[in-house]
Amino acid sequence: MRLLIAILFTLTVAGPAAAVEIEYWQYSYKTRLDAMDKLIAQFEAENPDITVIHTDFPYAQYRTKVAASVAAGEGPDVVQLYYGWLSDYLSAEILQPLPTSEFPHSEIEDEFFPMVGNMNVKGEYYALPTAVRSLGLFWNKKLFRDAGLDPERPPQTLDELVDMAKKLTKYDRAGNIIQVGLTMGPINQDHNWWREVLVRQFGGAPYNEDTTKVTYDDKAGLKAFQYYADFVLKHNVSVVDFMDKGEIAFKAGRAAMHIDGSFVLSTFQRARRLEWGVTELPSHNAIKANFSSYWVNGITSKAVGEKKAAAEKFLKFITTNQAMQLWLDDVGELPARKAVAMRAENSDHPLYGAFIRGLDYAYTTDFYSEAAQRKTVVDMLDRIVLTGMGVAESLSIAAAEDQKIIDEGRIE
Amino acid sequence: MSKSRTIAQRRAIWAWLFLAVPIIYFILVRFYPTLDAFSISFTEWNIVGEKTFVGFDNYVRLWDDPVFWIVLSNTFEYLALGVPISMLLSFIIAYYLDQVRFGHGFLRACYFIPFLTTAVAMAWVWRWFYQPVPIGIINMALGQLGIVQQGFLRSTTQALPAVLAPAIWAGLGFQIIIFIAGIRAIPTSYYEAAKIDGAGAWQVLREITLPQLRPTIIFLTVISSIGFLRIFDQVYNMTQEGEGGPLNATRPLVLNIYKAAFEDFEMGMATAQTVVLFTILLIITIIQLRVLRK
Amino acid sequence: MKQIAPKKIVIWTLLFIGAVIMMTPIIFMFSASFKFNDEIYELALISSEPTLSNYIYLFGNTEFLMWFTNSIFVALLTTLCVLFFDSLVGYTLCKFRFRGRKIIFIAILSTLMIPTEMLVIPWYILARDLGLLDSYIGLIFPGIMTGFGVFLMKQFFESVPDDYLDAARIDGISEFEIFTKIAIPMVTPALSALAIFTFLGNWTAFLWPLIVTSSAELYTIPVGLSSFSGEFQSEWEMIMTGAAVASLPTLLIFLILQRYIIRGVILGGLKE
Repeated sequence: MRLLIAILFTLTVAGPAAAVEIEYWQYSYKTRLDAMDKLIAQFEAENPDITVIHTDFPYAQYRTKVAASVAAGEGPDVVQLYYGWLSDYLSAEILQPLPTSEFPHSEIEDEFFPMVGNMNVKGEYYALPTAVRSLGLFWNKKLFRDAGLDPERPPQTLDELVDMAKKLTKYDRAGNIIQVGLTMGPINQDHNWWREVLVRQFGGAPYNEDTTKVTYDDKAGLKAFQYYADFVLKHNVSVVDFMDKGEIAFKAGRAAMHIDGSFVLSTFQRARRLEWGVTELPSHNAIKANFSSYWVNGITSKAVGEKKAAAEKFLKFITTNQAMQLWLDDVGELPARKAVAMRAENSDHPLYGAFIRGLDYAYTTDFYSEAAQRKTVVDMLDRIVLTGMGVAESLSIAAAEDQKIIDEGRIE
Repeated sequence: MSKSRTIAQRRAIWAWLFLAVPIIYFILVRFYPTLDAFSISFTEWNIVGEKTFVGFDNYVRLWDDPVFWIVLSNTFEYLALGVPISMLLSFIIAYYLDQVRFGHGFLRACYFIPFLTTAVAMAWVWRWFYQPVPIGIINMALGQLGIVQQGFLRSTTQALPAVLAPAIWAGLGFQIIIFIAGIRAIPTSYYEAAKIDGAGAWQVLREITLPQLRPTIIFLTVISSIGFLRIFDQVYNMTQEGEGGPLNATRPLVLNIYKAAFEDFEMGMATAQTVVLFTILLIITIIQLRVLRK
Repeated sequence: MKQIAPKKIVIWTLLFIGAVIMMTPIIFMFSASFKFNDEIYELALISSEPTLSNYIYLFGNTEFLMWFTNSIFVALLTTLCVLFFDSLVGYTLCKFRFRGRKIIFIAILSTLMIPTEMLVIPWYILARDLGLLDSYIGLIFPGIMTGFGVFLMKQFFESVPDDYLDAARIDGISEFEIFTKIAIPMVTPALSALAIFTFLGNWTAFLWPLIVTSSAELYTIPVGLSSFSGEFQSEWEMIMTGAAVASLPTLLIFLILQRYIIRGVILGGLKE
């Protein structure tokens, strides 16, 4: 009898206790959730002693919720975050550094695309991506054809971009634009295009080496901004936030060209009767540049002991080559490891290819506060479009605001 | 005598018994949070770490922040436009609607129904209306009339009134109903006396209706002032990314508080602004109560 | 036949035009919700091929039904709490004589001066510390008693004659039963006014639910609609359908109970 009790005791107590339960959080996005569920199933099959609970929240609230729940000692052990939030999350002490035993620095630096270096803060890596994203130029083939342009030949340079945009714009009798040549939405991806791509193509750089100083308030920055603003000011081929969002206008066939991230691929793929293609961003002065952003996975300060070990194992699993290929196939986001991205079937892919090739010359911005820094670009354009301020003056104001955000961010 | 005291005592016990839970509730969910808001406003706190006492630093920072002054002036613009426009409109409508017999109930229902809608839902409806051609119906209608299309939400001068419009629209029905009730509460003998004196409609309005409606007018002014000063739902849902743009042109105090607290996690700065809001509301209510007492 | 003065016709016509303008947003919202995507930007009110597909999609493929249920649940439960507690407190403060009565009344009345916006941050911290974030209790707790309701109910209990209650006491009915069985039925107009305001306020509430909820399963209609609209921004017909569904319950209740609601609004409004 006593033996039986002892056996029961070990079965009920020791059994479940051996299984570690960790929680993984990401924001709600159908394809990502499904892909992660697949990865979790594979991971649990390989590690029967670990259970992963997969939780998701809508994007709009995601960032706040992570901060609040980790602070309350709840929430995830492994968490997905936007790379631009890293400094916020570090100052809130939400993340712990990745141990070099499991994630050797040399391996990260050799095998991942270079922008992952942004996850290294003061000699420690805090998070790793499964997938990365870059920008591409989407064009509507039907509208090209209607305008008498070759539907298979999108613009290759910034000058061509302007010329084609002019031909692709339509107006009503009152002169209102009813079809834009190129969408303009600094609040969406254009702020990145301007900051990391246009500024460089006109010979400048957005920030100094360690991102402590704004350096775009110069001749190059001015030319870049003038080029961007002229789509509205001079050429009259665009309306800022046309139809509320460039993505919408493009999807509705009311925009001929649109710059956006690889993450909108699936949206456009679902759109019926939309004949489109995507290509690398136009070059200028023979300079190619792109902007890359990514979501990374980090281990929260909440994970300790065996949960920490399980969390490390899980993080390692979701950043393997195999996981990345699955992520590309199922979600359409680009692999963060060069080896996977550069497989011919990926880099020559008609849709992903343009983005993957863009990764080669992509930059990331070391944001101090992505939302606030984005707003400086939004306001910079609004000041000239809505209040008639001069381009140079508006640029200087934006640079000063940006610098202030950086200075305040550095103090903390 | 002694028996009546025990009855009084017993009833007092019942009273406290009934009030026990509510008193705890009001202390815990109203008074303590109010004091808490004041105390947080003197600290720097990112909601996660430790609070650091910083005295009046947050208030000084607000004072020095140009955006805060824009936000404050926007907030007062909502008030300064919203209250007179809605009061005038609702009074005129109520005044005439009161005289109408044919279809009175139907007309009244039409004016009242917007009051029952959800601000968030209607904000999106209006947001759609305000779009430029080829999708915004207001601009499409203007175009058919040969009028130049307007920027509305994409204009620094029109955006604030454009955001305010659905707030006025939704509140109008309530004000009309209250005005009609106020007008009907005026004793008919007043009007009969005026008729005997041979007073014209305008004179009756000025000398009887309006003075008699004074309490109603003051009540509605207080209520609508408070409402417009606290505008949030419309701005959050009608502007790009809920930022209160373009160029902060529509950003009101409550949105600034929300952003400071739940996006920037600057709890000290956020609560300091709630204290400012509290003070403004307090001053306005005191002024209006004083006017009422006169 | 009596001649209708032309002035009256003009006034009526103007009022009618005003009424049409007031209803326009609502009419367009409903009209768009029955249209296919390619027709939505046309001004015609009635679609050439009206469809229910937006509604079917909304309830079948999104979380709208869940948000709808949440909103109903939260608004109803809050309203019941408010009706019970506010009338209990109003009744006690009106009909009982005891030391501290005045102070308690003034204290509760003074909470009317505190704007919700000031309280949400401390509430959020309170909810976090008690583990109530992202829960129904978290959604409901700030609103289960209101200073306004207490004030309103106290005013109305003044009209209930004390003799009535005393007679019941002599009959040996317990104090709680006197409250529920005798006092309450005498103030039903006030209760319905309070119910209308509370339900409407909670049905449309946005700021607090936005702050306290994080998982989509707990969203109320306004919060859900706001996030949904951001996501479906390219599909205005879906947003209009969502907005229509959000407005429908209060509109339906109004159409059925119009008379009572207007009376209630006047009662509640004038006593405030």
